[in-house]
Amino acid sequence: MNFPNELKYSKDHEWIKIDGDVATVGITEFAQTELGDIVFVDVDTEGEVLEKEEVFGSVEAVKTVSDLFMPVTGEVLEFNHNLDETPELINTDPYGAGWIIKVSISEINEINDLLDSKEYKELID
Amino acid sequence: MKKLVLSDIHEQLGAKMVDFAGYYMPIQYDGVKIEHNTVRNSVGVFDVSHMGEVFVEGEKALDFLQYICSNDVSKLKIGDVQYSYFPNNDGGIVDDFLLYMVDVNKYLLVINASNIDKDLKWINSNNKYNCEINNQSDNYSLLAVQGPKSIELLQQLTKEKLSEIKYYNFKKVHIAGIEDVLISRTGYTGELGFELYVRNEDVESLWKSIFNTEIEIKPIGLAARDTLRLEKGYCLYGNDINERTSPIEAGLGWVTKFNKNFINCDNLKDQKNGNTVNKLVGIELIDRGVARKDYDIIDEQNNIIGIVTSGTMSPTLSKAIALGYIKKEFSKIETIIYIKVRNKNIKAKITKLPFV
Repeated sequence: MNFPNELKYSKDHEWIKIDGDVATVGITEFAQTELGDIVFVDVDTEGEVLEKEEVFGSVEAVKTVSDLFMPVTGEVLEFNHNLDETPELINTDPYGAGWIIKVSISEINEINDLLDSKEYKELID
Repeated sequence: MKKLVLSDIHEQLGAKMVDFAGYYMPIQYDGVKIEHNTVRNSVGVFDVSHMGEVFVEGEKALDFLQYICSNDVSKLKIGDVQYSYFPNNDGGIVDDFLLYMVDVNKYLLVINASNIDKDLKWINSNNKYNCEINNQSDNYSLLAVQGPKSIELLQQLTKEKLSEIKYYNFKKVHIAGIEDVLISRTGYTGELGFELYVRNEDVESLWKSIFNTEIEIKPIGLAARDTLRLEKGYCLYGNDINERTSPIEAGLGWVTKFNKNFINCDNLKDQKNGNTVNKLVGIELIDRGVARKDYDIIDEQNNIIGIVTSGTMSPTLSKAIALGYIKKEFSKIETIIYIKVRNKNIKAKITKLPFV
């Protein structure tokens, strides 16, 4: 399984790509494999400021639903609306076209609590 | 947890394995959608060896089965299959199953894996007819070959004319070099298909032969089995029916026959004559979302009017569909209702069954 080195990871199986004070967030290859075919992504928190570990949405697979948690505190700037019509992008390209939200990071220090790819691999092994 | 004979093979095929009804079962191989579409458009095979096989034999076997089953067993000829259920004494359902007439005075019940122990207790406690009850669940495997190409594929493995086996009929055949395989034109997918009951020692050889014809076939997991049956509106025991649900409310009136005396028949007859409160209906979501088991169904004023018993995203329709019990006055087709999906009320409507 692929866990790119340039990304950070949360214990809730999200990846975070940091670009200045904006973070792009999605779910990891491991998470999408565990969930199976994603059929619906529900995010209605665009524009809201949420605390780290608050729920910002959910992903529905055929058999299960899982909450999505904020990996850092910040405002949800944008939801990837391509997922409305093609939620399976999360399965086919979890680190690319399957990104879920962009967040403006309020507490830059929180980044230090995230895992790097080696630590994340250890977590799921 | 019990293991299927083929569990190593499933793992080698990349299946995700889960505990289901106490069995270590393949839930998914390549992905639910692709497996689902394979069965709808071509052919797939399910290892459903967890299902229970119980033989009932004796001079009074027919009388006994008439007493414990809802359907009219006297209608069966040798080689016929019948869908039926065991009513309990309180208006609910002990289990639903297929009943095979194997011979004069000899029948086979194919029951849900999760209910094997419970059913045996129930059958034995009601056996005032001196029938011999023979649980063969641990000795038989069951492969379901389902999809429009199933007949073409299986025909390559046997000289028996499979097209002559009618829907809900079965035959003992010689297939793939194996004697005495019970092949039944039944299934849980709504597609053309067959179920093959085979002794455990022969199942690996049968499985391999099924994958060795000129027709491509995929293994299908339990997740797609669920989406396939739900699109057809088939009840699943433990979800849509259970010890507390009324078979009449569940729409099983068609397999409840009152031309004979059977357990709790007076109560059920009263229900069939209109004395019910709820109805199991098909639901299609209009707003985006997925309804799941146990979500509340509400009206516009937020009053609870029902409950979802099964729900999924339909791979065929790309729409969220569900089954649920709802107060009869809301059960008309096209009635607008709402499903409480966590903190939101999702608009939905009553839809006729089957969905597909």
